[in-house]
Amino acid sequence: MRLRRSDSWLRIAGSPQQHSLLIAFPVILLLLWTVVYPNAAVIAGSFENGLGHWREFAASPADREALWTSIVISVASVFASLAIGVPLAFLLGRFDFPGRRLLRAVATLPAALPPLVGVIAFLFLYGESGLVTRIVQRILGMQEAPWRLKGVGAIVFVHAYTMYVYVFLFVSAGLERFDATLDEAASGLGASTWQRLRRVTLPLLMPAVAGSALLVFMNALGSFSAPYVFGGGLRVLSTQILASKTNGALGLAYVETTVLALSAVAGLVLFRWLDRKRKYTLAGKGSRKRRDIRSRRVQILTSFAAAIIVIALVLPHLMVVLVSFARDGAWTTQVLPPEYTFENYRRLFTESELWRPITNSVSMALVATAANLVVCFLAAYLIVFRRFAGRGLLELLVALPWAIPATAIALGLAATFNRNDLFTGRILLVGTFWILPLAYFIRDIPLVASAVEGSLRQMDGSLEDAARGLGASWFLTMRRVIIPAARPGLVAGGLLAAVTAVGEFVASVVLYTHANRPISMEILAQLRALAFGTAAAYSVLLIFLVLLMTLAARSFEERLA
Amino acid sequence: MTAAPRARGVEAGAGVLALSGVTRRFGEFTAVDNVSVNVGPGELLALVGASGSGKTTTLRIAAGYEQPDAGTVTLGGADITRVPPERRGFGMVFQHYALFPHMPVEENVAFGLEARRVGKAERLKKARAALEAVGLAGAGDRAIQSLSGGEQQRVALARALVIEPRALLLDEPLSNLDPTLRQAMRDDLRAMLRRVGVPALFVTHDQEDAFAIADRIALLKHGKLLQVGTPEELYEAPESREVAAFIGRGTMVPAIDRGNTASVIIGGQTRELNVNRPKGMSLPYGKAFVVLRPEALELVGQGGNAAWSGRVVNRRFAGGVIVYRVELAGGVTVDVESASGNAHEDDNVAVAPTKGPFPIVPG
Repeated sequence: MRLRRSDSWLRIAGSPQQHSLLIAFPVILLLLWTVVYPNAAVIAGSFENGLGHWREFAASPADREALWTSIVISVASVFASLAIGVPLAFLLGRFDFPGRRLLRAVATLPAALPPLVGVIAFLFLYGESGLVTRIVQRILGMQEAPWRLKGVGAIVFVHAYTMYVYVFLFVSAGLERFDATLDEAASGLGASTWQRLRRVTLPLLMPAVAGSALLVFMNALGSFSAPYVFGGGLRVLSTQILASKTNGALGLAYVETTVLALSAVAGLVLFRWLDRKRKYTLAGKGSRKRRDIRSRRVQILTSFAAAIIVIALVLPHLMVVLVSFARDGAWTTQVLPPEYTFENYRRLFTESELWRPITNSVSMALVATAANLVVCFLAAYLIVFRRFAGRGLLELLVALPWAIPATAIALGLAATFNRNDLFTGRILLVGTFWILPLAYFIRDIPLVASAVEGSLRQMDGSLEDAARGLGASWFLTMRRVIIPAARPGLVAGGLLAAVTAVGEFVASVVLYTHANRPISMEILAQLRALAFGTAAAYSVLLIFLVLLMTLAARSFEERLA
Repeated sequence: MTAAPRARGVEAGAGVLALSGVTRRFGEFTAVDNVSVNVGPGELLALVGASGSGKTTTLRIAAGYEQPDAGTVTLGGADITRVPPERRGFGMVFQHYALFPHMPVEENVAFGLEARRVGKAERLKKARAALEAVGLAGAGDRAIQSLSGGEQQRVALARALVIEPRALLLDEPLSNLDPTLRQAMRDDLRAMLRRVGVPALFVTHDQEDAFAIADRIALLKHGKLLQVGTPEELYEAPESREVAAFIGRGTMVPAIDRGNTASVIIGGQTRELNVNRPKGMSLPYGKAFVVLRPEALELVGQGGNAAWSGRVVNRRFAGGVIVYRVELAGGVTVDVESASGNAHEDDNVAVAPTKGPFPIVPG
């Protein structure tokens, strides 16, 4: 039998090392162009008149305040998220009580809210004319709202609600992998419950805690929607960047962007340093059973607390749904909107100006996700299975967008792709359809690549060699061995990318135009026009889109598996 | 050397560790069914059985990690059934050692003393002494991840010993070691456990480990205790077919029990054999099986009144002896140990039951 010789082009490439480079070269070039170049342009731009813009930044009380506030909010968000996420993970991971399953089911619900939608929900609930605010006001018989949803406290409140989920998921996963016999060994050696928690359980969970804390820190630092909506007069770096850009002070915007990105990198380095001593990983089978709470009184108390948490977690979603049926302009001083209608939804689907953002968001998300899948699959394949000069660079490039706040990414794109100049590698994308999908693509590179990497690492590397040894061409090996192995990661990563892209706000607010405005920008516009019903209807539609994509991904995965 | 502070809850003074009528159910499934065993001070008792026999659950009940649904656990006569593990003061070695990955070796070993609020200098001194006792002097600073399987096993043992335990419990202490290391560790382990002088209970699925280490063996199947005895008792006088089958080594053939002897018929040829049964079992079983062990049989060439004829199907050199697998008439296959290597595969031979008495079990 003769072997097929269809892979003759590979032989032109010569050695495996050269072959790897042949695939790696375009991928690395693309990433350098889209990820590194725009950010380098921003840094270069900040020095366009020497240190002038930097002096301007240092002299500006507003900018100093913005930097300080950004850091305060980020650190406070970390502690608030830990304070909610860690106890909740322990409660659900270690104990059984009536209502546990319900609480577990809704514990990750905040993650399903697109960032701006969460902010809106909080406005409807806890804002000056929000439901909870009004109820408390009535009960206490006060003339004015008992609190204002403004400033650092309000921002941290929203962050804690949406970001504790990272902590909860990381620590829950850590507890699940936690080797129960370590705990048993400690108790057998005479350690009390408290001693075990302090000396064994918590130290072993530190990697999960630190990892999730870093994630919260990065997210809070780059967060835009909460400060934008609740900030009042408060300045943070991300909003300051947009303000400078809008005012035409581009040089200052570049400095602010550089400072924001540097803060993020500093945070990253700090966390790595704090976690430097760890040499172990949790690799137990985690067979520990959940304990029933023995004391009747504690059990009732726990279930009661669980019920309150469930309500607090579900309320934002319910409120958005409720307000989506409220007639625009009718909800003024009442506790609940007085009039309900389907009008908001009818208009979304019938008026072309209102329908436009929906098609925009969906098509831009699809384009970005498709690009993510192709580029990130190639990158992950090269990183996991190939050894070549430049592999370390590729790894760095793939992880880089994660360390750069979205506002900074967006400003870099705005600074780079604003004119046609092939000599310096610039093409005009700003103002066109393509600029937002490009921004979404860059933001989601780390997410998709790490998902695919995760799948590929579970595959036995010798399978590729085995397939080639049986005479399969490189393409056949890809199609029949590598891609099937990568599929769970491709589906999960693709889903996450599509979900984040369809509700994306932070980069969009810097780069959108009227023609390509996504749903998030339209929500903001409706909110500004006090059309709460329409804004909520968009939000519900967005949640629905996310749900639809999740179900589609799941059924796709099930059909193939 | 000053004694380490005793764990709260258990009084000083070593005593017999006794499980009496212990039962543990998981839903419909009875994992441990009315098991009673005693382990004296300085005695090594092996809980032996296939996976799912309830041996690990029994050990965990002894340690306090599981609560029995019925029955009691006592130490030196004191009921400790409801005493939680942290107040039993037992030393436990886990199957995968359960060493704390975030602590270096000596902190691992000193952890039990730390839990007893022993001062840092004192506990580190004792930890180093314990490490020295298991042959790991100077390894205190090393990370757990840098240790080999055998070293980890010895750290786990040192950690269990340093608290001067009231009893020692070991879950498959040798199963994670490679075969050569395993042979060597058997002797070490037995020597170290004997030196401590407290009741030691260990679980294993490997009857060779059990024979090599234990003073007595408790054989479990489906949660029930089949037989407790010395390795010799289990080997020479098994109480049931299950026990004989688990010990292995030999072929069980149907027999008619006549008291001191039994008639064994293979391929129409009947032989009367001297038989041995457990003490206190004097009555004939009626239907019975006799265990033909390789060392009790002999190849006698062709013919002979006391022999069964057969054909050699396999010949294996086993160091000093040759083991022949012989297919007898009637389809019964037996292994025969012989000092002579004269017979070869496909030879017709005769097998004589020469070295009785033979173990007999009820059918």
